[in-house]
Amino acid sequence: MWEFILDRAGYWAIIGLMMIGLFIAFSAENLIKRLVGLSLFMTTICLFYVTLGKITGGTAPILLKADMTSHYGSHAAEGAEAHLAAAGSERFADLVHTYSNPLPHVLMLTAIVVGVATLSVGLALIVRIREAYGTIEADDIRAMDIEAAIAQEAQAEKDLNEAAA
Amino acid sequence: MTDAVLGGTGTALINILLLAILFVVAIAIARLRSLFAIVMLSGVYSLVSAAWYILVDAVDVGFTEAAVGAGMSTAVLLGAMLLTARTAKPEKPFSRLGPFIVCLAVGVMLIYATIDLPALGDPSSPANAGVGLTFLEVNWYDTGVPNVVTSVLASYRGFDTLGETAVVFTAGLAVALLLGFGERSLAETLRRSPQPETRPPSVPRDGDAT
Amino acid sequence: MKGDHHIILRVVAKCLIPLILIYAFYVQFHGEVGAGGAFQAGVVLAVALILHSLVFGLTATMRAVPPWFTRGLSAVGVLVYAGVGVWAMLNGGAYLEYQALFFEPPGGHDGQHAGIIIIELGVLFAVSGGLSTIFYALAGRVAEIRDEDW
Repeated sequence: MWEFILDRAGYWAIIGLMMIGLFIAFSAENLIKRLVGLSLFMTTICLFYVTLGKITGGTAPILLKADMTSHYGSHAAEGAEAHLAAAGSERFADLVHTYSNPLPHVLMLTAIVVGVATLSVGLALIVRIREAYGTIEADDIRAMDIEAAIAQEAQAEKDLNEAAA
Repeated sequence: MTDAVLGGTGTALINILLLAILFVVAIAIARLRSLFAIVMLSGVYSLVSAAWYILVDAVDVGFTEAAVGAGMSTAVLLGAMLLTARTAKPEKPFSRLGPFIVCLAVGVMLIYATIDLPALGDPSSPANAGVGLTFLEVNWYDTGVPNVVTSVLASYRGFDTLGETAVVFTAGLAVALLLGFGERSLAETLRRSPQPETRPPSVPRDGDAT
Repeated sequence: MKGDHHIILRVVAKCLIPLILIYAFYVQFHGEVGAGGAFQAGVVLAVALILHSLVFGLTATMRAVPPWFTRGLSAVGVLVYAGVGVWAMLNGGAYLEYQALFFEPPGGHDGQHAGIIIIELGVLFAVSGGLSTIFYALAGRVAEIRDEDW
């Protein structure tokens, strides 16, 4: 029981952090705070992915000396056919050391850089919203939109009445 | 299996400390109203999570997070904050109840789902025993590059990285189209002052006797 | 110069910026054997530019690295990356198949090394150019915010 809980306590803590990020993104009316919450959410999801790729006793996925000696530099002298024949057995090396899973690292590395790029697109949109509305509070912007719509409708109705008269 | 992240007492202490700092920073961001403090704390959050990445052996990701999260995204957020507002409006107390209940429900569901997940650090879990292990085994024969992350990024998943590069380029283009390329401000600064000046237009500095 | 109040800041930044640039290129070209790679190097380059503009002013930075250069750099980066794929196709391989660059059998590493180095250069150009363009766009806009909002 205790082992089961300890095995998963890391996941639970990360899920808690994720939910705080989601809560900020949901509850904040200020658009910049909302984007900060979203980026927190994204960082924590990356944390979750990378934590899933951790292997007990493993090290960073950069091959150590013992794992790169197999055949490097020898293939230049041999023929291509011999290599293709040997490839089946030679290609899969037996690793001396344990490494963590490199795949989540690759996925999250690019996701972080793309995350900052998309974050800045969102910020640019917020700057334009500030210039158009004079505020970056979502509820104020909503109220202004509704006011404008009501005024427009009243104007249209007035025009219609004038045309009929 | 328990030793995966909780390996040894020292590592366990470091893990608990890092997670505690992350929690404190996240809760502070949720409660604060000063946007400057929020932006700075988000940089702190990125830096601490970079330390966590190093702990779970993701050195490349930790490096990226430290450079991007603590450097670039803080600078971009500060630039946008200077153009918009300094403080957030105080929130109505009951308007946060709905989001809180939703997040609580989602969190409980996700935690329920982790019961089926393999234990932290399990070498034979489906995620770790599949294609990730194969990359490690064939990497040296195929590419001869010691850093498996680089070879997977650039060689095995080259299409993916091409797409990501295009996304970064497109994002730069989109921001420039929305806000202007920045040359207008250069021209304006030059027109306003006959001699070249070194003062940034948007960053006020105290004590500069201009 | 009237920037006497910031003399320490200026001198330290003047010493630091070349070091940051060298570090970025170290990260770029040692990405194959150690931690790091083109994405990180691109971000570090962009951060060096931001530090320069914070200390010496946006105008000085825009004179040193003009905005048309950064946005062109970012486009050239994507073209370099896509060009390696076309090169492989011209040699009869699949798109981005580095083995085809120098007509190597499986297990040959020259094409892989060359391909990875060139596409990492493309990524470096695209990321540093794109992020610098984003920074110029955000910093180059004149703030119209009231001071009492602070």
